[in-house]
Amino acid sequence: MKNLLILGAGTAGTMMATHLNRKLDKKEWRITIVDQHKTHYYQPGFLFIPFDLYKEKDVIKAKTEFIPKGVTYIQERIDIIDHENNQVSLANGDSLAYDILIIATGSRIVPDEIEGLNGPGWRSNVFDFYTIEGAAALRDRLAGWEGGRFVVHLSEMPIKCPVAPLEFTFLAEAFFHKRGIRDNVQMTYVTPLSGAFTKQNCSTVLGYLLDEKGITLVPDFDVERVDEENNVIRSYEDEEVPYDLLVTVPTNMGDAVIERSGLGDDLNFVPTDIHTLQSKAQENIFVIGDATDLPSSKAGSVAHFQADVLTHNILSYIQGKEMTASFDGHANCFIESGFGKAFLIDFNYEYEPVEGTFPLPGIGPFTLLRETRINHLGKLAFRHMYWHILLRGLPMPGITTHMTKIGKKL
Amino acid sequence: MAAKVIAGTPVEVNEEGYLVDASQWNRDMATEIAREVDIQELTDDHWKVIDFLRRDAEEKGGSPTIRRLKKAGGIDTKLLYELFPGGPLKKATKIAGLPKPASCI
Ligand SMILES: Cc1cc2nc3c(=O)[nH]c(=O)nc-3n(C[C@H](O)[C@H](O)[C@H](O)COP(=O)(O)OP(=O)(O)OC[C@H]3O[C@@H](n4cnc5c(N)ncnc54)[C@H](O)[C@@H]3O)c2cc1C
Repeated sequence: MKNLLILGAGTAGTMMATHLNRKLDKKEWRITIVDQHKTHYYQPGFLFIPFDLYKEKDVIKAKTEFIPKGVTYIQERIDIIDHENNQVSLANGDSLAYDILIIATGSRIVPDEIEGLNGPGWRSNVFDFYTIEGAAALRDRLAGWEGGRFVVHLSEMPIKCPVAPLEFTFLAEAFFHKRGIRDNVQMTYVTPLSGAFTKQNCSTVLGYLLDEKGITLVPDFDVERVDEENNVIRSYEDEEVPYDLLVTVPTNMGDAVIERSGLGDDLNFVPTDIHTLQSKAQENIFVIGDATDLPSSKAGSVAHFQADVLTHNILSYIQGKEMTASFDGHANCFIESGFGKAFLIDFNYEYEPVEGTFPLPGIGPFTLLRETRINHLGKLAFRHMYWHILLRGLPMPGITTHMTKIGKKL
Repeated sequence: MAAKVIAGTPVEVNEEGYLVDASQWNRDMATEIAREVDIQELTDDHWKVIDFLRRDAEEKGGSPTIRRLKKAGGIDTKLLYELFPGGPLKKATKIAGLPKPASCI
């Protein structure tokens, strides 16, 4: 028997378990997946928790619900990947030998990376919404908040779901309106990038939104520290932005196990071939989802496209054939803009987001790069799709693995 | 893409003035590009950064980050901002004849 071992049972690891369970010959292969947690979080749903639009129960399910029969699930922390000897050690002392390894340990926020962030203000008037605890604490704070300087801040790139901080800002703006306190809130969006959006084309087309909503943009801000005594964030160039309530996206990094195993870059992301998804360290190690160092977006939709490519390539690898499936960087994201509307963007390594219709050329129903109500409904429907289609390794209706150029104004 | 003469040598640069071919670079060019980005004189500290960037690009390839300059190059981040005000990575890579760092997607 040969062993295929998957590290991490989040979005990407779970999809790979499902795909490979269908494709691998069970007389020859045993599939095992390891994760430290019992709970599978629908992370895109964290965005809605601070505004009480989703409750905790809307974003959690048991991981085992999604692990197919025939795949062994081990709940334990992964201690080290001994990639010279094809072996993984777990925190309980067990070790697992593998013939093929898939790393899907994702990325997480590391507040300690920014000086002063993890101080007395943390979760009192300084919050994150990238964890369920942070999102829930923020909801409780926002419920009774009377207004003041509200600062949304992005520490450094890359972060998972790069549009989430902007969506958060738009939803917050709508939330303050609804609570009747918008006039008492000064909103500021602080980013290390030169514009609000990470993609130039989006900044050009959608930049007006911040103006229209009365949100001040502070670009090119490289944060040096958060001064929680004086409630200001300070940049390396001595710029200061004062806040009463700060919502920040701290530095995102790969898991510490990657660093311990000597497999990561400076942010613990694993150097990976951008097309085949094979690791650069060892030919029998593959990497998927947020754990990679790819220049594509770190998003669930991206992991979904990668899973199709990686399944194909692992089968080729097993048969000793050339790996011909190639990931093109395809990403597809809804961007909530508040008041029941949203944008949709679709892009890849080569093409920036453009206008058009999606997924059916000329028909839609979704409109690219324009604010519509149906895009918002698409975003809400994504939760259902996530649990029932994406995690179960089924194709998303009408959406192809590779970006399609038809129906777009390229 | 355009042809340009820097420090007496004809080179190819992109729309933003970054050298297209890092191997065409020499130290005299660094001094001249530095003036273009409003750094009148390159001190030893500037050179420490430039030399690290060149070495790292050769050995590792890929895009440099401020974190990497600190961790692997031992260059204090605050000092880096003082040396190259208004975008240290953008300026330092340009002076070092390297591609503009891919900031993010
Ligand atoms: C606020 C927010 C909003 C988002 N919105 C969207 C959106 O609208 N659309 C979209 O497509 N994506 C969105 N995303 C991104 C999406 O959730 C992630 O890209 C996706 O979950 C990545 O999947 P993954 O499998 O790579 O990582 P994860 O799903 O995070 O899974 C990694 C798993 O590895 C486990 N693990 C890590 N280290 C260890 C260890 N040492 N031992 C044991 N187990 C370990 C973790 O417990 C975890 O279960 C959002 C994310 C956030 C935070």
